Amino acid sequence: MPAAPMLIEAESVSREYRLGETVIRAVDAVSLSVEKGEFLALLGSSGSGKSTLLSMMAGLDRPTSGAIRVRERNLAELDADELARYRRETVGMVFQSFNLLPRMTLEENVELPLRLAEVDRHDRESRVGEALERVRLGARRRHRPSELSGGEQQRAALARALVNRPAILFADEPTGNLDSVNGEQILLLLREIQDSLGMTIIMVTHERPLAEKFANRIALLSDGRLISDGVLR
Amino acid sequence: MKTRDLSELAVRNLREAVLRNSLTTLGVAVGVASLVAMLSLGVGLQTLASQRLTRSGLFDAVFVTSQRNFRGPGQRGSADSAPKKESRSLDEDARQQLSKLSNVTEVYPQIRFVTDVRYAGKSETTSVLGLPDSSRSSGAFEGMTGVYFSSPTADEAILQIEFAKVLTDQPPSLVGKDLTLRYAERAALSKASDDDEAFLDSMMGSGKPGGISIVPREKTLRIVGVIESDPSAGIGGFGGARVYLPLKAAEQLHVAQPDDLQAFLSGNAAKPSYMALTVRVHSPKDVPQVEAAIKQLGFATFSLLDATKSLRLVFTVFDLFLGLFGSLALTVASLGIINTLVMAILERRREIGILKALGATDRDVRSLFFAEAGAMGLFGGFFGVALGWLIGQALTWGTTIYLHRQNLPGVKISYVPWWLALGAIGFAIIVSLVAGLYPAARAARLNPVEALRYE
Repeated sequence: MPAAPMLIEAESVSREYRLGETVIRAVDAVSLSVEKGEFLALLGSSGSGKSTLLSMMAGLDRPTSGAIRVRERNLAELDADELARYRRETVGMVFQSFNLLPRMTLEENVELPLRLAEVDRHDRESRVGEALERVRLGARRRHRPSELSGGEQQRAALARALVNRPAILFADEPTGNLDSVNGEQILLLLREIQDSLGMTIIMVTHERPLAEKFANRIALLSDGRLISDGVLR
Repeated sequence: MKTRDLSELAVRNLREAVLRNSLTTLGVAVGVASLVAMLSLGVGLQTLASQRLTRSGLFDAVFVTSQRNFRGPGQRGSADSAPKKESRSLDEDARQQLSKLSNVTEVYPQIRFVTDVRYAGKSETTSVLGLPDSSRSSGAFEGMTGVYFSSPTADEAILQIEFAKVLTDQPPSLVGKDLTLRYAERAALSKASDDDEAFLDSMMGSGKPGGISIVPREKTLRIVGVIESDPSAGIGGFGGARVYLPLKAAEQLHVAQPDDLQAFLSGNAAKPSYMALTVRVHSPKDVPQVEAAIKQLGFATFSLLDATKSLRLVFTVFDLFLGLFGSLALTVASLGIINTLVMAILERRREIGILKALGATDRDVRSLFFAEAGAMGLFGGFFGVALGWLIGQALTWGTTIYLHRQNLPGVKISYVPWWLALGAIGFAIIVSLVAGLYPAARAARLNPVEALRYE
């Protein structure tokens, strides 16, 4: 019986930037596969290329060479509209700096991906409520981001990432702007979501203890190269 | 993204930077206002001129003469024209026939005669003209000293001021006084005496019916008004009349007319005919059709339709120039929109990055900036039209005050028709969208990773 296809397959992916005459290779020939339902932590120090690799897998950036296949579709071959659709329908994203729109309330922020996906208005309300309840912010739906703590803002960002029911959740340093207690809470929440929804989570972090505690696989990057890739449990 | 969602987001974004966006929208509004004010002035002046000219009777009238009148109006190129049908007399039957044509509102003859007028022992020879009742609304009598005729058959007269000055040093004092008209009444000879008939037969051959008699008469008329302008000026009256009577009153005088002699010679003395008839139509656009119908009846016609076409051309060029000057202000306003949106892109780089990360397409981002530019154009257009209308009203108000100080009636010099209001709003939206093209394209091109890094 043939093995089930991987959800994400990166094949010798490189990403170069030009700064005048200098060429900087942020990601250097990384090959990596991710199975459905995995919680993968991309670990590395600052400048190791982990965020760049995550951006390419999330469809925000394109590799200079190599291929990233998600459900056997090469992202490099998608045009701009197809890539936007991939980000809208397959992917949810959480950032270090939360990236909530300050002038919108929590429910409006969470509703934004549904607007972009042209979901019917009467469906939106229930889905927004459901996502906010999942991150335990149902009572704060009419608050603006500035009225929330950092941990609450990151939970709201998580609700926004989940509202379109994506197959893959990408989290770029989700605990980077949080204290250790709030950071652990966020990762607990991610773990809970992974368990309950069977979602694939790829998280970039530079905090090894957190990665070891919550992820079930760690890929270590250094200077753009994949140094090690191991399953924890 | 759906249009409704797009509009909501655009309005929300505009509300966020309310001061800057309001100032930009105000810039558009001022541009639109200057355009609307300029064009409303053009339209208002054109409407004023058209109304005045229409009310003057120059452009909604067809002047009809019998084809046997030689060298009269409408007798152009008779030497090389095709042989004419038998000419028809412009008599009472013809008048009735003309008044039944479609789009004809009034048919009246020109009753004009030169006669003696006596006032306070003075006797002056002058020209008298009968005015149809419709001339009441011609505008010529606005600002007149006294009042218009009390009825179409009243024994009343209005004097032209030049003639009034001949009668007295204080023309307004003539109002309410009486003057006497001496004129020659024309009457058909009823069964003339046998001697007379024999004489006529010997002169004209047998078979001709009776002749006409000319009898001197006097008529006392009450002066009701003194007018500075000449309401008889123009093709209908040929100008120059100094004493005006109601037309029906003038007709009842049966004053001998120059063509009575021809009627007499042609044996139609018993059936009076008119030198010319003025046919009034509903609007100037009916003139060609009525003119053709009258020609079909065998009469000669004349109208001033070509003059209205020239007038329209002049005003179109006038409007074009006013519109160009008005558009300059809107062009400056569109630069304001470009500036505001380019600044917004710099400030909202991160937001654009977030939208793209959440799955917004380039088209969504472009549309959002486009919608914001369009909304500024829409609101600016609305305010601009209102502001332009107010400027027009202020100009009308100022002009009216000035005219009143000159003892002249006020006029409406600015007019904002519905097509100008809608056109200006549409134009503002289009200009704003064009102004938003570059910023929107720039926003759509932003790389999401770079945009998200922007602080």
